[in-house]
Amino acid sequence: MTLTAPTRPLAPSRPPAARRAWQKLSPYAYIAPFFTLFAAFGLFPLLYTAFVSLYRVELQTPGDMEWRGLGNYAALLGDTFFWTSLRNTFTIGVLSTVPQLVMALGLAHLLNYKLRGRTFFRTAMLLPYATSVAAATLVFAQLFGRDFGLVNYVLGLVGIGPVDWQTGTTASQIAVSSIVIWRWTGYNALIYLAGMQSIPHELYEAAEMDGASRWRQFFHVTLPGLRPTIVFTVVVSTIGATQLFGEPLLFEGSVSGGISHQYQTLGLYLYEQGWGFFHLGRAAAIAWVMFLLILLVVGVNAAIAGRRSRKEAGR
Amino acid sequence: MTALADPPVSRPAPDVPARTPRRRRSGAGRTMRGGKLAYAVLVVAVLVSAFPFYWTVVAASRSNADLAQVPPALLPGPNLLRNFEAVVEEADIGKALLNSLVVSGSITLGTVLCCTLAGFAFAKLRFRGRGALLAITVGTMMIPPQLGVIPLFMLIAELQWVNQLQAVILPGLVSAFGVFFMRQYLVQSLPDELIEAARVDGASTARIFWSIVVPVARPGMAVLGLLTFMAAWNDFFWPVVALSSSEPTVQVALRQLGGGYVNDQSVIMAGTLLGTLPVLLVFGLLGRQIVGGIMQGAVKG
Repeated sequence: MTLTAPTRPLAPSRPPAARRAWQKLSPYAYIAPFFTLFAAFGLFPLLYTAFVSLYRVELQTPGDMEWRGLGNYAALLGDTFFWTSLRNTFTIGVLSTVPQLVMALGLAHLLNYKLRGRTFFRTAMLLPYATSVAAATLVFAQLFGRDFGLVNYVLGLVGIGPVDWQTGTTASQIAVSSIVIWRWTGYNALIYLAGMQSIPHELYEAAEMDGASRWRQFFHVTLPGLRPTIVFTVVVSTIGATQLFGEPLLFEGSVSGGISHQYQTLGLYLYEQGWGFFHLGRAAAIAWVMFLLILLVVGVNAAIAGRRSRKEAGR
Repeated sequence: MTALADPPVSRPAPDVPARTPRRRRSGAGRTMRGGKLAYAVLVVAVLVSAFPFYWTVVAASRSNADLAQVPPALLPGPNLLRNFEAVVEEADIGKALLNSLVVSGSITLGTVLCCTLAGFAFAKLRFRGRGALLAITVGTMMIPPQLGVIPLFMLIAELQWVNQLQAVILPGLVSAFGVFFMRQYLVQSLPDELIEAARVDGASTARIFWSIVVPVARPGMAVLGLLTFMAAWNDFFWPVVALSSSEPTVQVALRQLGGGYVNDQSVIMAGTLLGTLPVLLVFGLLGRQIVGGIMQGAVKG
């Protein structure tokens, strides 16, 4: 047996120095495909949005950019429809997120019981998640029809007169929110369920020995144990609510979100400015405002979560 | 805490007298048996989840006149095939289905490959800048891609890709979530010793990737593939911006249908049904895995 034999077949033609260099560099080859795409189609557009928002750019001639400074932002702040859509984004966000998460919490609690057919229940609960925004909205738009919609028919049976789900501000926002609630409640319930299952049994046993009722167990063991999960779902749902687009667009099929913009969201307003009125620069300014809003939401959530856990630690 | 204990039975007693004693004895969350009320609530939730699907079938199999009736029809009618024909003719849903299949299929394959490669590197390889790059990836996970849609459109316009499928496919391959998901999966399920042993045997990293990492990662790849496929099939904003009715995906075609140029409600519902069926099929076959994937992702995220 010669001394050189073992290394030969393994690294056939590469001298040791080059081999070492390759070993150092080869990890980058594995992340290169992702990061190339990520840089071109993910990171660059996000950062460049801020730049574009300072220019006048028209949809037909995206190559010609004319410096406008903060002009797009000034125009935005002077547009009543911007404020309308900001307010709508907030109200629809609350109308859709709060009931959705509360119901999801309740359903998760039930799904956590020992149940016959629990796989069935879990899967069925997730069914709406499999539908697209477009499909769900078209069906709900039909159900919420003013004259022949099923919702109004059922309400009529219990004596509630026909609701105009399209023109009324509150009514239309409830209708739009209900689409969001329908699609995401089951998903969030499963997320909560996963969180509940990772709470250690011993905590419940201890609470049981202390004589805590089931209600108290829910509030004093389950909820605190779920806090990180709850923060996570609140953040994700709020981000989703901030960029709501498909539901208000397809509810009646118009980019203005109703005759008097009564349910136009920021996402839809962005689309209207960019692809309805061809102002890409101004649309970029809206995107940047949405980004700041999201940062604000995440920041507030992190602050609340941080303060609560500090309190907890101090106790 | 114990000192404050209140009489617990007094509260839930009126509406659910039977279930309290049994439940209280069993204690821990996971082992509690569901009472009748729990089943009732869950069944209602399932019905609410499923009803819009049923209604889509009813509406798609009726005529427009049937839908403008009080009281409304609640059972399926005989017009399903006719409405399918109409929607294929008026909205070219056939082409849309094919395009969606191409787009979602390519995005799924590409994403799973890219994310497995990168996830493996982040989980098991050592290199300069690993922490920072992973932090950037995870940090942008929460930022909705919709915010970059204007520069993205300008880029696509510059490349003359507007209204071509690659305009939707290539940006669709970027999945920070996928990289993170595969990294977590491999950190947990691929022992370092396995890689060390292969290295001692003289295997190159590429060899290790194909014959050790991929087989171990396969279940994770399958879950990521399922979630990616459904997300790609259902993606709305960017396809609506980048494509038009001459080269639509299913969602773009549905947007056209909802945009008011077809007035027949039953035809619109037929289009909705056709566009939803493929994902429902996937869901029906692999729903359990999808549920598992989402719950898994939740614990890790």
